[in-house]
Amino acid sequence: MNALINWLDDRTGLKKLIHEALYENIPGGARWRYVWGSTLVFTFTIQVITGIFLWTAYSPSTTTAWESVYYIQHHMQAGWLVRGLHHFSASAMTVLLALHLMQVVIDGAYKAPREINFWLGLILMQIVLGLGLTGYLLPWDQKGYYATQVSTEIMGATPVVGPELQQLAQGGPQYGHHTLTRFFAMHAGILPGTLIAFLVLHIAVFRRHGITVPDPDRAPAATFWPDQVLKDGIACLAVLGTVLTLTFWHHGAELAAPADPSEAYSAARPEWYFLFLFQFLRFEWVEHQGLAFGAIYLPGALMAILAAMPIIGRWKAGHAFNVVFLFVMIVGIIGLTGLALKNDAADPDFTAAVRQAHEDSVRIEELAKRPEGIPLEGAVSLLRADPKSQGPRLFARNCAPCHRYDGHDGTGRKVTFKEPIVEEVLEKQKDGTQKNVKKIIDYKPPVEVLATATDLGKFGSPDWIKAVITDFKGTFSALENVKDKDDIKKVAESSKHFLEGEMAEWSSTHKNHWRTDPKNEQALNDLVAFLYSQGQRRGATDISDEALKRGRQIFETGKLPVGEFKSSCVDCHSLQPIGEDKLLGEVGVGPTLTNYGGDRWLREFLNNPGHEKFYGSNNTMPAFGERLTEKELDLLVRWMVGDYE
Amino acid sequence: MSQPHLELQENPSGEPRRGFMTNILAAGIGLVAGAVPALTGLAFFLDPLMRKKNGGSGDGFLKMPVALDALEINGEPQLVKIIMDKVDAWNTYLKQPVGAVYLRRTDQDKVVAFNSRCPHLGCAVDYKPSQEHYFCPCHTSTFGLDGVKQNEIPPRDLDNLEVQIRNGGEVWLKFQNFRATTPEKIPVG
Repeated sequence: MNALINWLDDRTGLKKLIHEALYENIPGGARWRYVWGSTLVFTFTIQVITGIFLWTAYSPSTTTAWESVYYIQHHMQAGWLVRGLHHFSASAMTVLLALHLMQVVIDGAYKAPREINFWLGLILMQIVLGLGLTGYLLPWDQKGYYATQVSTEIMGATPVVGPELQQLAQGGPQYGHHTLTRFFAMHAGILPGTLIAFLVLHIAVFRRHGITVPDPDRAPAATFWPDQVLKDGIACLAVLGTVLTLTFWHHGAELAAPADPSEAYSAARPEWYFLFLFQFLRFEWVEHQGLAFGAIYLPGALMAILAAMPIIGRWKAGHAFNVVFLFVMIVGIIGLTGLALKNDAADPDFTAAVRQAHEDSVRIEELAKRPEGIPLEGAVSLLRADPKSQGPRLFARNCAPCHRYDGHDGTGRKVTFKEPIVEEVLEKQKDGTQKNVKKIIDYKPPVEVLATATDLGKFGSPDWIKAVITDFKGTFSALENVKDKDDIKKVAESSKHFLEGEMAEWSSTHKNHWRTDPKNEQALNDLVAFLYSQGQRRGATDISDEALKRGRQIFETGKLPVGEFKSSCVDCHSLQPIGEDKLLGEVGVGPTLTNYGGDRWLREFLNNPGHEKFYGSNNTMPAFGERLTEKELDLLVRWMVGDYE
Repeated sequence: MSQPHLELQENPSGEPRRGFMTNILAAGIGLVAGAVPALTGLAFFLDPLMRKKNGGSGDGFLKMPVALDALEINGEPQLVKIIMDKVDAWNTYLKQPVGAVYLRRTDQDKVVAFNSRCPHLGCAVDYKPSQEHYFCPCHTSTFGLDGVKQNEIPPRDLDNLEVQIRNGGEVWLKFQNFRATTPEKIPVG
């Protein structure tokens, strides 16, 4: 063994190398404050290992990136764990970078002759941030897609070469396959390669000058191995423990729904360590200075001051300035990050967007796990064709201006209005003169907008049918909110007519009929069951034939176990029972109830609610057949009648 | 350790005699910290070996597009493409050609089927009607009508596949690929 070692040593100088690596002198002994550099090397090692393994399963293109990451996350052995380690180690690396920088500045380790090494460290910091930025896009999910859009737009705001720079980064004028191949090459090749090169230089120069010891007489000198290695190792274990805890806690890194350029993503935020910059760019006064100021010049200036620290440090009070500057900067970053988080938590629109994004990510996982797999055009097509996720969005856009869905707009957001506060401000004109201009300076707190049509959250369900029969006026009471203004006079009149029409009268006349006898209560349930069964919804399969028969009899005759109706349902409504070809009643008085609450009824109704089969001349609802595409109408209808898995 | 001729021992501070435990601890901790990402990654990498075999639905038999009546008794073998749904990681390709078989009716209700892959190195064998044998264009493996090898190039006969005649005239076949180069028939996947 020794012979072999000596043979190798003769030819390679191995022993000297190991000796130099391990037996570096540390005056004043091993200390905890020296561990940060090692923990950074350690996290970088984790990134290289997990990154290369992820590489073996990742496929960079717009139709396979999300899909391969989904496969890693949900189907491959330990996939979520590898991805989680990679994700949370990246976060850890950012924190450790900040700690390392603080320790270096506080100990004055940037001073001569270590200036070059300090600068090498700053370059390494930029590379690490670049790795974080490029990695965020690779899963090609909504979160990464929209956050990275902001980064590349900022790139485009660079003076002089901006647009060219942006096109180069994107691989074209828009995001596409080449955006991913380029980001991936940056993330897995160019940046780590550069990082390794600079890391070698950084460590080599560090070893040349030795460690910066604030207090050499503190304890007897030690060597790197084993004393400092032990401390470093414990610190690395602590980092690993934290990363593992976070990974298990969140069950790996989040994967949002696949990127969809046609689907706005209001929950878009950069990765947390860029939140301060995001918050900074939201200040209006920053915006006024132009994007380049907030996103390029100012951060650039801060970096320039950091880089100038070794020079500033030569002056008498220079070191104190450097420490205070870094402290202020870090407090500022923490403050801005906190403010961003606070603002978001207090913003109901944002929290609703986050909830919707989460629902989408759960839903797409369900869809992708079906046996038919993901189509070749990518998982985004699954979501686009899914009534459960598209229905609420279509409802919010098309129905929620008047209707509500269980009190919200379908997607969980309240329908609100923020009144603008307009003030006259003196503004400088282009020709140098000043002029009073009306400007929106702020908004009043949001006020909930009253619905002017019925809440459709329960539409077509047994509860809904029961409510229409027993409390018609209450069910449609939102119509009272239609204001009697000139421009919508007809709407207001029709709404009034609706609330005071025959059905409203019928409903209030028979209000107490149902309660007079328990048999009548059962009869109501039978009638409801019969009508509900006509919609042929998924839930309507376990109704007994007897109940249907009894319900139909009431519908046709108006006879109750105790007493009877003044007029029966068929006196006004027509209905062609499921599976029969004869129409009960006549079309034209009240809305037809053939397939009421079902797919066909709703589709026809939305296409033309003013048809004589429905509201006829009393109708005030727009015909959505003209406003929606056939596919949109289909998704909306299927969502409302629950026709999806 | 014998003294190396490089004078390494001249440590500036004199190499301190640290406790044996510190050495072990430092090395152990370093090992653990490095092993976690490495072993996790390795488990991830070994995923293909851990995947359950693709059982398919039912008993694995596929209905062939040719009916029994369309095959002449002791006639020429017919090449039939095998169309199956193919699962490739996250995608499912519906109705893809995944291979081919030669079908030959040898009796009233008996059909013999061979996988068209040559057991030598996996090329597709051709049927030569003039010579009444199967011939592999890659390395000249030759097999008789009964699939028995006729020279020493292939390691085994053509791979026979299980066939069933169902519902009085439908030909059903259990499609399988086997490893090339081995004298035994070893199923793949």
